[in-house]
Amino acid sequence: MNAVVSDTWLDIGSVEDIPVRGARVVKTPHGCLAVFRVAEGEIYALDDRCPHKGGPLSNGIVHGRSVTCPLHNWVISLETGAAQGADEGRTRAHAVRVEDGRILLDAAAVGA
Amino acid sequence: MTEKLVVIGAGMASGRALEHILETDPAKYDITLFGSEPRGNYNRIMLSPVLSGEKTFAEIVTHDTAWYEANGITTRFGEAVTQIDRDRKVVVSAGGETPYDKLLIATGSAPFIIPVQGKDLPGVIAFRDLEDVETMRAAAKPGAKAVVIGGGLLGLEAAAGLRMLGMEVTVLHLMGHLMERQLDEAAGYLLRKALTDRGIKVMCRASTAAILGEERVEGVMLEDNTGIEADLVVMAVGIRPETRLANDAGLEVGRGIVVDDHMVTSDPDILAVGECVEHNKQLFGLVAPLYDQAKVVANTLHGAGGAFMPKQTSTKLKVTGVDLFSAGDFAEGEGREDIVFRDPARGVYKRLVIENDRLIGAVMYGDTADGSWFFGLIRDGETISEMRDTLIFGPSYQGGAALDPMAAVAALPDEAEICGCNGVCKGKIVQAITEGGLTTLDEVKAVTKASSSCGTCTGLVEQVLAVTLGDDFVLPTVKPVCACTDLTHEDVRRLIKAQDLKSMPAVMQELGWKTTCGCHVCRPALNFYLLADWPDDYKDDYQSRFINERAHANIQKDGTFSVVPRMWGGVTTPAELRAIADAVEKYDVPLLKVTGGQRLDLLGVKKEDLPAMWADLNAAGLVSGHAYTKGLRTVKTCVGSDFCRFGTQDSTGLGIKLEKRLWGSWTPHKVKLAVSGCPRNCAEATCKDLGIVCVDSGYQIGVGGAAGMDLKATELLTTVASEEEAIEISVAFVQLYRENAKYLDRPYKWIAKVGLDWVKARVVDDLAERAALVARFDHSQTIYQKDPWAERAQGGSRHEFTPLADFSFKEAAE
Ligand SMILES: Cc1cc2nc3c(=O)[nH]c(=O)nc-3n(C[C@H](O)[C@H](O)[C@H](O)COP(=O)(O)OP(=O)(O)OC[C@H]3O[C@@H](n4cnc5c(N)ncnc54)[C@H](O)[C@@H]3O)c2cc1C
Ligand code: FES
Repeated sequence: MNAVVSDTWLDIGSVEDIPVRGARVVKTPHGCLAVFRVAEGEIYALDDRCPHKGGPLSNGIVHGRSVTCPLHNWVISLETGAAQGADEGRTRAHAVRVEDGRILLDAAAVGA
Repeated sequence: MTEKLVVIGAGMASGRALEHILETDPAKYDITLFGSEPRGNYNRIMLSPVLSGEKTFAEIVTHDTAWYEANGITTRFGEAVTQIDRDRKVVVSAGGETPYDKLLIATGSAPFIIPVQGKDLPGVIAFRDLEDVETMRAAAKPGAKAVVIGGGLLGLEAAAGLRMLGMEVTVLHLMGHLMERQLDEAAGYLLRKALTDRGIKVMCRASTAAILGEERVEGVMLEDNTGIEADLVVMAVGIRPETRLANDAGLEVGRGIVVDDHMVTSDPDILAVGECVEHNKQLFGLVAPLYDQAKVVANTLHGAGGAFMPKQTSTKLKVTGVDLFSAGDFAEGEGREDIVFRDPARGVYKRLVIENDRLIGAVMYGDTADGSWFFGLIRDGETISEMRDTLIFGPSYQGGAALDPMAAVAALPDEAEICGCNGVCKGKIVQAITEGGLTTLDEVKAVTKASSSCGTCTGLVEQVLAVTLGDDFVLPTVKPVCACTDLTHEDVRRLIKAQDLKSMPAVMQELGWKTTCGCHVCRPALNFYLLADWPDDYKDDYQSRFINERAHANIQKDGTFSVVPRMWGGVTTPAELRAIADAVEKYDVPLLKVTGGQRLDLLGVKKEDLPAMWADLNAAGLVSGHAYTKGLRTVKTCVGSDFCRFGTQDSTGLGIKLEKRLWGSWTPHKVKLAVSGCPRNCAEATCKDLGIVCVDSGYQIGVGGAAGMDLKATELLTTVASEEEAIEISVAFVQLYRENAKYLDRPYKWIAKVGLDWVKARVVDDLAERAALVARFDHSQTIYQKDPWAERAQGGSRHEFTPLADFSFKEAAE
């Protein structure tokens, strides 16, 4: 992959590469991240693991600013990584920025 | 000896009278019921929601065929009575003469058609019966233009309904403001604003000069020469008691058929009831007084006493989202004072009219919760001087109680009328609940009739239940789709069709979704409803599908996937088996298993490997088995007549034909079929969604089986002689299920709701309907029947299977 390291931000691709209300995976040495694009256009990044039983959140349905885990329908906040409603748990959220249509991911997220 | 009772007119008034007659003594009369409409009694009031698509006709039927049969009533529907011969005591109709001992005239009223040029053109109609509603619905193409003449209750309900169907609607009203008989100017203004906001054009002081058109209606011309285009003109300017028969028979007739306090006409053996009567010079146009009349009719016919006394009526408009209430007299006048409350931000207006310290009129718009309390004060004529200061705030403020909707209902006295249509007061409902142990709205409806007519009081009845039962009351079982909406799946399906909603944003906008883009519960359901109803117009929404239907494989608990290629009818070849074996080795598949549906499952495949594996399988002719979809899964078969010594027909061949016809279609839930070659039923066809058992004489088709959390044998849909017909019926069944069931209801759950007879009528008995269902299914297949694996093996949906960025080797390389 042609990812470029810039300061502490990594260019992981263009906003257009992620479908609206969809997600893509970013592989790192210690597991996958899920990068989401919501209907309004914002980008969010979480560990690709549901706090419940580790379901791959990148495979979930994105709605509002949440994603529903494909395994047991926990709803996870894209902003904080916290489980919503009665469920308790939190997955790690990572900083992302968008500049000129490019998605920049906090390098700390991939352990660089 | 039983006497002969003949009833003319199968409408709401006679329907209620019959119920009372039968309650008192079912054996006294031998009853014959004539009706010009080709059907029995239905809740005419609810034609408005049928027009808008919010209800179906079936939901508003009051008496069905079974009811008439069970009560021994001879029905002559679709047959108008043309003459009453009082000397010989017979009525005359197309079917000959029918003698009576007692006659009940209940002919209702006829819509008033203003006598202008063009009034008889096709496309000019009234709003009175189901035929009118069907004409309107047929004309209601989105963008087509409708003109409604008359801005009263009926006209506005017609206008709102037609608008919901997507028509461009103009309302012409003769007077200065809408519903002038029920509303004052201020409330009329708010109502007009609400209607304008939903795109209805309202023209007041508009007098119709002529209706224009050559072959059919093309427009309306006003007195001031304004021309308005129209594809449909609905006349709703008023009604006239239907008195022709009575007139011809020489009964005393004024504006209506004249009756005394016992509902007897000028002929002692002839009674009349409903909108066709005139009592003390008064006519009637709402059901509440008619129901009182119906009671008196039954008493008179059973020789009991009782006199009819007209009561005050109140009015509500049945337009979803418009709340208005009016009762009593609210004209300004000497000695009358007003109390007015306005909250422009909430669009609330309330006005009380007081004379001699008594409430005599009330008009409310926007917040009508206290309507029945005010109505009670008007009817009872109590003095209100004590509470005058806070009167307008309603019952919950009297005595300083808290402002809580429940408190308002709890504060109502027992005499407060809850259901205006049926004249049911709070005390009667409370009594029915406590004495009869009632716990649900339906039970209260059945016992007291409250909320069984126009339905606007349903919320109040529920609150009375809640107040009476306390914690024992659980709100009714209407379950909304999810937290994004208050509508049920059934409502949503109906409204998608009725309002021509063809995209997800359109559904969410028009049906008032509470979230910006739905959730994981509603979006897959909406996506299915839209693609099933509009195969040509709707574009499948990829992101509204569950992962299995995006990745076209089944997600496993560790995030890997399982892959099941199709094996048509459970038949395979060495080449296919070799390709599968190769794929298992090449992609390190940890488990290869035979499934219950007679095929092979490759479990534990990495998501990234899926497209390449599919390319390999495709090369051997294997396509997706859709083992992961809400769609056709498998058609399980036994060996059949080719090899089996018991087989009666080629069950394997039929299974393959069915699978080839049905694969790739999306359905509300998964669909599994089976075909057994003989009644030994080796393919276990009798627990499938649709199962065919071959017998010597043909094919027994069963539907609605289940062998999951619920266990259920199929019920016999029909038996047919030819394989061809068996296939057509199966296809029609699947299409009917696609068009009507709730998302995630398997066929057995759906059939339990609509009834097997309903399904049979469409799929088996009505050949035209069957053919239409099959045609719609086949058409949908031209769009949706394609192998999703092939598309992805050739690079489709790449974003699904490849990472956006890969940093995993960076460290390893360092
Ligand atoms: C769209 C609509 C909305 C309404 N909304 C409300 C509401 O919200 N609240 C309310 O209180 N009221 C409402 N009404 C009014 C209510 O429906 C009527 O008051 C009620 O139906 C009158 O009952 P009826 O039995 O007198 O007449 P109908 O129900 O009209 O029944 C008369 C029947 O007799 C038949 N008939 C006539 N002549 C003959 C003949 N010669 N031989 C055989 N059959 C004959 C007619 O075809 C008809 O089926 C509404 C009416 C309509 C049309
Ligand atoms: S007020 Fe119409 S049904 Fe109760």
